[in-house]
Amino acid sequence: MAFAGSERAGDPADVPVVIKVLIAGGFGVGKTTLVGSVSEIRPLRTEEPLSEPSTGVDVLAGVERKSTTTVALDFGRITIRENLVVYLFGTPGQERFWFMWDELTSGALGAIVLADTRRLADCFPSVDYFERRNIPFVLAVNCFEGARCYEPAAVRSAVDLGEDIPLVMCDARQRASGKEVLIALVKHSLETMQRQRDHAEWATAP
Amino acid sequence: MPSTNDRWLDEEAGPVVRPYALTRGRTRPSGERLDLIAIITAVRGARTNMVGLDPEHRSLLRLCRLPMSVADLAADLDLPVGVIRILLGDLRERSLINVHNPIPPARLPDPRILQEVVDGLRRL
Repeated sequence: MAFAGSERAGDPADVPVVIKVLIAGGFGVGKTTLVGSVSEIRPLRTEEPLSEPSTGVDVLAGVERKSTTTVALDFGRITIRENLVVYLFGTPGQERFWFMWDELTSGALGAIVLADTRRLADCFPSVDYFERRNIPFVLAVNCFEGARCYEPAAVRSAVDLGEDIPLVMCDARQRASGKEVLIALVKHSLETMQRQRDHAEWATAP
Repeated sequence: MPSTNDRWLDEEAGPVVRPYALTRGRTRPSGERLDLIAIITAVRGARTNMVGLDPEHRSLLRLCRLPMSVADLAADLDLPVGVIRILLGDLRERSLINVHNPIPPARLPDPRILQEVVDGLRRL
């Protein structure tokens, strides 16, 4: 789908502002469901050379860039207004595709880490990833039917989540609920950026 | 050589290589790597200069008459992102497209844009 606008392509004023949000979390935690409930979702295929250095597999030495594997990503877009669009990318859950994350996270506004209380440990690697890189994120606990509901404080403590990281209980199938998670992330990113800006001003004050 | 037992090459990994016939075997684009949400626009008059271009190049130019992201182009043409990047690289080399890299959120010209996003999400 193209952006609305005139055919005066090339005029910088017509170039849309695009915002990238990642949806991370373990395999089967509801990432696809969440992207689908809040946006117009489409499958996106990307592909990575098998000899990508960060795989840590040396046996492919000598066949650099000759083989490629395809990885499916969830991709959604939300049009806020003409020339302002939010793109959602569901990160591949399998750990072997983690090397793709660096590209996905580059320039991202932030991430939603989805968690399932029945398999809470599955979200730890994502939480670590965003914490270490200082990428703003929120933890969204997808309350599956039949799963025991925990108090947010109990989840926060089990994940050892920083006090400044928002935790939201959600139902990824519900559009209204998914929207709240997204709003929580955008507000958190906004506050984080504001804090960093204030800090920078303070640090450079005479 | 990778064997068929290589852990990458199972069913989950999907089909290997075939779309790259479109790129004549190239797996890397020319020039800098295009961001998934870089916005591509065809330059004015690009469509009068399509001699020697493949049908996929032409489809891309047609789609890019209006600003399009790399990810949208890949989804619209149902081709892997890597193939789209290579084809766009060809078009860029021939100066048929403009590439607008996304602005990192911290460098948005106006912080009110994010507040606008919050308000827009509420209205959804």
